[in-house]
Amino acid sequence: MVAAIKRYLPYLLAGVMFGFVLVKGEAASWYRIQEMFHFQSFHMFGIMASAIVTGLVSVQIIGLLGRKHSLDGQAIEIPLKPSGKANYIYGGLTFGIGWGLIGLCPGPVFALAGMGSIGALAVLAGALHGTWLYGALKDKVPH
Amino acid sequence: MDYMLDALRGPWPWYVAGPLIGLMVPLMLFIGNRSFGISNNLRHLCAITQPKQVEVDFFKYNWKEHTWSLVFVIGTALGGFLAGIVLADPLPVQVSPQTLAMFQSWGFAAPASQMVPPEIFSPTVRNLTLLFASGVLVGFGTRYAGGCTSGHAITGLSTLQLGSLYAVLGIFAGGLISSWLLVPWLLR
Repeated sequence: MVAAIKRYLPYLLAGVMFGFVLVKGEAASWYRIQEMFHFQSFHMFGIMASAIVTGLVSVQIIGLLGRKHSLDGQAIEIPLKPSGKANYIYGGLTFGIGWGLIGLCPGPVFALAGMGSIGALAVLAGALHGTWLYGALKDKVPH
Repeated sequence: MDYMLDALRGPWPWYVAGPLIGLMVPLMLFIGNRSFGISNNLRHLCAITQPKQVEVDFFKYNWKEHTWSLVFVIGTALGGFLAGIVLADPLPVQVSPQTLAMFQSWGFAAPASQMVPPEIFSPTVRNLTLLFASGVLVGFGTRYAGGCTSGHAITGLSTLQLGSLYAVLGIFAGGLISSWLLVPWLLR
């Protein structure tokens, strides 16, 4: 039990931080997402750009500092996405259409569910069905 | 103390929220050599709940190896609860004047909260159907693309991966289609 808590607590705390920032930065806001897709404010673009720059710089710093092992002693490696093109474009397009409609990508779905939003639970239920549908149709769609 | 609580209640400007989100990438690597991303959890939840008589291969794997990821999204929900309920910001979202005018032209009331409009999220049959259907697109699309905003736009772009760039272009194009055509048309 103590070992499990020690192992998973950092992930729980990181998740809390992520959910907290999504709400406070209004990245989980349908209103902000519509504003972004109509290029009417810098807010969401600023969040995305500064998040990417921070990720990029800090991953480089980890490399420069020669930090080779994670807290639990594994070798740190930058995970590579499989090569491909069609799956990324078509998948992204499908996801983007859903995101633009309801203003929630998967992170915010969980954050809003935590706020007790019944609507977010409906999105989550749909997303699980959509995920299952992809699993069933995987070999029939272009990759 | 009051000053600190007010600052915590927010809303937070982009230059605070963005870098904190970006820090999730090195943080997850540091904690356990994990790739920061959310939508994989949808797959794990399918793997957990898949009934024996269906058994799609895509969901046949040892999901217990991904418990850390499920713990992370439980934390995300908890973070949402803390930020949106316990330390809720009483003021509605401050979108730009053009955005307010656009909402008005779509027949939406001015935002009364930070997050979602009651016109789409109040639990009526029509709304729940729309939310579920959009959720299907989100679930199908993220697994098809192998990631969502966190896995591709944040982790993928900040580690300079070409596939993630394709995914982000697709995501943004899809969002434009929805936001310019479907939202005004469906919700009119």
